[in-house]
Amino acid sequence: MLSYVIFSATTAGIYGLLALSLNLIWGGAGMVNLGLAGFFAVGAYASAILSLAGVPVPIAILAACAMGAAAGIGATWATVRLRGDYHAIVTLGFAEVVRLVAMNERWLTNGTDGLPGIPAPLKSVLGPQGFAVFYLCLVLTILVAVFLALRRLDRAPFGRVLKAIREDQDLAGFAGKNAMRVKLIAFAVSAGIAGLAGALYAHYQSYISPDHFQPLLTIYIFLAVTSGGVGRPAGAFLGAFLVILFLEGTRFLGHLLPGLSSGQVAASREILVGLAFLLVLHLRPQGVLPERIRPAPAQ
Amino acid sequence: MSALLTVEGLRHGFYGVQVLNGASFEVRQGTVTGLIGPNGAGKSTAINAISGALLPQGGRVSFAGTDITRLPPRERVGLGLVRSFQLARGFPRLSVFDHLMLYGQGHPGEGFWQSLTGGRAGRQHEERLAETALSVARRLKLDHVIDNPVSALSGGQKKLVEIGRALMAEPRMILFDEPMAGVNPTLSAQIAEHLTALNEEGITICLIEHDMAMVARLCDPVIVMAEGRKMTEGSFAEVVADKAVQEAYLGVRHDA
Repeated sequence: MLSYVIFSATTAGIYGLLALSLNLIWGGAGMVNLGLAGFFAVGAYASAILSLAGVPVPIAILAACAMGAAAGIGATWATVRLRGDYHAIVTLGFAEVVRLVAMNERWLTNGTDGLPGIPAPLKSVLGPQGFAVFYLCLVLTILVAVFLALRRLDRAPFGRVLKAIREDQDLAGFAGKNAMRVKLIAFAVSAGIAGLAGALYAHYQSYISPDHFQPLLTIYIFLAVTSGGVGRPAGAFLGAFLVILFLEGTRFLGHLLPGLSSGQVAASREILVGLAFLLVLHLRPQGVLPERIRPAPAQ
Repeated sequence: MSALLTVEGLRHGFYGVQVLNGASFEVRQGTVTGLIGPNGAGKSTAINAISGALLPQGGRVSFAGTDITRLPPRERVGLGLVRSFQLARGFPRLSVFDHLMLYGQGHPGEGFWQSLTGGRAGRQHEERLAETALSVARRLKLDHVIDNPVSALSGGQKKLVEIGRALMAEPRMILFDEPMAGVNPTLSAQIAEHLTALNEEGITICLIEHDMAMVARLCDPVIVMAEGRKMTEGSFAEVVADKAVQEAYLGVRHDA
């Protein structure tokens, strides 16, 4: 049971990074990134392939972060004139392209068979139990560090410009702001964080395949950010843990429903997830920890 | 006094209708120049071309000796040319304070690394800017709503925020597109006082206005536009005495 809790908490930490990534770009700059799973996959594959080729794990993880950011810049640069829905559709396409490349470029990704044997740092020294605890601490430390950095950005002048661009990009230009540059930076950082999350996931699982990067993952992260509170890093952080709590919690709830086969119980979880999402949107559309206006400094 | 803004032969059409038809005029340094004329005369389109909201199909705009015809709006702001909008526009969920802060120019703290590391230059600039923002808010009597989102302000307060933001940019010139439209007479008089005060501090103003009493009170010179070009220019008394102006604009107005 304990190892199950540790596993869930580690997964929640990785989801937390994804939620922070989404919150930066969606809550901050107002750009909908439906391709989050794609940037997550880029990071996972980059770190897996590099470390399997003998690159030390920490360097592979940093490289994955950079690869994610580069993919983010590429995807945004290619769509520099697109806004709103159009940009969102392109990001959705990007994630599918990444998944299709992972499925078909066998020389690089081993196709649908996936990549097994991804090095797990210190696992041979710590043993499976020790590794699980160590990795949970590692993920949580990184999560808290990223959270603090993003909260700082959110409260700094950069965050103010970002939110202005979210509200009205053209007007931000009339305020003398270079909206394109700021959006590009925000997207690169957001995609870099998603890449980092992917790398952490790959080294934790030791095995990745294109199946791990389904669009459903992106939906879960949207659920996390929406229920936690869009536009506030603390909301995204909390939302990710709420979603995992709920996803894992429904595992046990299903058995309480009488007369269902195990297959039906598994399916009922997805129904419950959908219901929960509707309920959150209905009862608290602004999320648990909504965006706040920070008061002006005292005169 | 020398021309701060020069517009030469501006041409622009929408769907085959020629809105600007070779408009040429100047705004001299230190003046409050009024832009009047009937609806469809091309006043707003001219302001849009001057501020960069629109790329004119022909002609040239220069500001302080620089050709700005093709510059993006943000670079025009950098040169000291800012504008307000006819329908007060804002960032709905940002506070009045944030609006004012956003218009400060050349803020080093807005850079990504500066914001992340909290560098000294950025923090000091932020503190100075905050002081300016608070004093601008007091001056415009917006200090009691400083933490409110602009979407929660009244129409008149939104107009005042427009003036406040323009001030924060420390501009050389402000373009106002009907700053008093839809505002009650008391507030309208207050806005007029603010504009006069700004002008006395050395800011050149160019404004579009339909309220002739306000134009008479504030503007000298007055440029009359009709059919996409300048018709005449002079003091308010001179232009209202002009027969052609009466026919094209003022006469029509009184008949209506």
